[in-house]
Amino acid sequence: MKSLSVSKAVTALMLAGLVLLPLYSHLSGNIFILTLFTRIIILALAAASLNLIMGFAGLMSFGHAAYLGIGGYAVGMLAQEGVGSGFIQFPVAVAASAIYALVIGALSLRTRGVYFIMITLAFAQMAYYVASGLARYGGDDGLTIYKRSDFSGLIDLGNRTQFYYLCLACLFGVMLLIWRIVNSRFGLVVQGLRSNEQRMQAIGFPAKRYQLVCFVISGTMCGLAGALLANNTDFVSPAVMYWTRSGDLMVMVILGGMGTLFGPVMGAVVFLLLEELLSQITEYWALILGPLLLLIVLFGRGGIMGALGRAGRG
Amino acid sequence: MLLVVEQFLNGLQFGLLLFLLAAGLTLVFGIMDLVNLAHGSLYMMGAYFAATFAAWTGSFLLGALMALGATLVLGIVLEVTALRHLYGRDHLDHVLATFGLILFFNEAVRLIWGPAGLALPLPAWLTVPVPILPGIHYPAYRLAIIAVALLVALLLYLGVMRTRIGMLIRAGASNREMIGALGINIKLLYTLVFGLGAALAGLAGLMQAPILTVQIGMGENILILAFVIIVIGGIGSIRGAFLAAIFVGMIDTLGRAFLPNLLRQVLSGAAASTAAPALSSMLIYLLMAIVLVVRPEGLFPANRR
Repeated sequence: MKSLSVSKAVTALMLAGLVLLPLYSHLSGNIFILTLFTRIIILALAAASLNLIMGFAGLMSFGHAAYLGIGGYAVGMLAQEGVGSGFIQFPVAVAASAIYALVIGALSLRTRGVYFIMITLAFAQMAYYVASGLARYGGDDGLTIYKRSDFSGLIDLGNRTQFYYLCLACLFGVMLLIWRIVNSRFGLVVQGLRSNEQRMQAIGFPAKRYQLVCFVISGTMCGLAGALLANNTDFVSPAVMYWTRSGDLMVMVILGGMGTLFGPVMGAVVFLLLEELLSQITEYWALILGPLLLLIVLFGRGGIMGALGRAGRG
Repeated sequence: MLLVVEQFLNGLQFGLLLFLLAAGLTLVFGIMDLVNLAHGSLYMMGAYFAATFAAWTGSFLLGALMALGATLVLGIVLEVTALRHLYGRDHLDHVLATFGLILFFNEAVRLIWGPAGLALPLPAWLTVPVPILPGIHYPAYRLAIIAVALLVALLLYLGVMRTRIGMLIRAGASNREMIGALGINIKLLYTLVFGLGAALAGLAGLMQAPILTVQIGMGENILILAFVIIVIGGIGSIRGAFLAAIFVGMIDTLGRAFLPNLLRQVLSGAAASTAAPALSSMLIYLLMAIVLVVRPEGLFPANRR
């Protein structure tokens, strides 16, 4: 039981830190840290959604950044066309991601293993090129969003602290949802499919249908992250959908611990903080980060959560 | 007519270049079951080595040969120090570790050669246009690429199908444990295969270098194309990689060349000129998606189980 308590303690500490961060930012006058952590929380949300299919359902999607772009472009394009209300923008962003996930999921789930990795990547690259071709919405250069989503006075996205808490609330909401899903009958079936698809099918579960629903839920969550990300940067460009972005998300999930509830959040925090800190030490930060990833893979199985578990066991 | 022949040859040349990259990738994937995202980095290193050595020696050919040797050594070092320990691990571990290697190589190149790109100038005898058909000229260098790549493809075919090492490689692709049990030094074989794949990637990089600029991240776009090819061709199949590479090279080149005009006949001018670049970039991904939906194992699966 002690192993549980170590990872639980660290997780609780991290969550408390995230909740109290704006307080620290106000007291110390460090505005930058709030902006940085808003980004971290949004990407943690994206990583958590990826973890739902990668960690729990065992489907390695290498095109998850596409949803970030779709969510972002939904906000950006609506804003460009004069629809500034967040009550329209956010539902559209989420619905567009869900539809995209449904279509590519239905096609991709015909394949397995490495082929699945590659076909999800191919669809994300297609989305990338479609966005690059949208001349009306900036094409390659991207689209500047002049006004953040307007929630008619309910919450002001221009206010850093309010926006931060909105993102944090979204993250907590999604984590709660994932926790409920994973422990539901549906979640158990999906995890069963990860372990042995044939056996589950033999018992009588329609494997593809369960996996598709899970794929769509995951994509929808990531679309929400995309809408938030576009608001955070006031900008959306095809670059958010590039395959290295999907790679970043995968790294966060694996670094934190795949198939654990809070692993991806921890992975996102550690990965992005590491990137930030190393870039302050040296311009050539990737020279350290790259081999570090390699070492983590070689010696740290199960990511940070796995390491915490081992530390607990002594 | 001129344009059609020229674009056709361009497509062939690009396809053959992609084959060099995809052959190494599919060998490593098929035999060691290793997903090597850093294969594109070896392509980039080949180009950088060639540009550097050619500048040192003042000779393009000498520089190219030295670069080939350097990428071979680099590949072997990489395999022995890092990638060897990843065999038998999950594909996800491969993705993460080799993703780290991409970051490392890009940054190392930035540190050593600086952020600006390099140019690899061609010697004069390779820049002349050669008449290939009455009235049609084609750059000698692109013809040279086609010749070299075809020769390498032939050597690779003979090497894999007709030599003892090739036999071991094929045996390794179909049953890893068994050839180890038969007393073959599997570690050495793996190192050899990886080095060969690295050298092929380096060759592709150094041959592409004079056409495009040598720059950081040049390996990443083309790596994805190479993955598309091995997935279409069927993982582990060199024959599949060859056919798929030519196919993809043609579709990509011809699509970029002729799609805008085709679209203009169907759509209005403005709509066509915005849709065409996106659509022609998408073509091969569309192709891969279709292939995977129809034949989830690729067109020429190497080991049917």
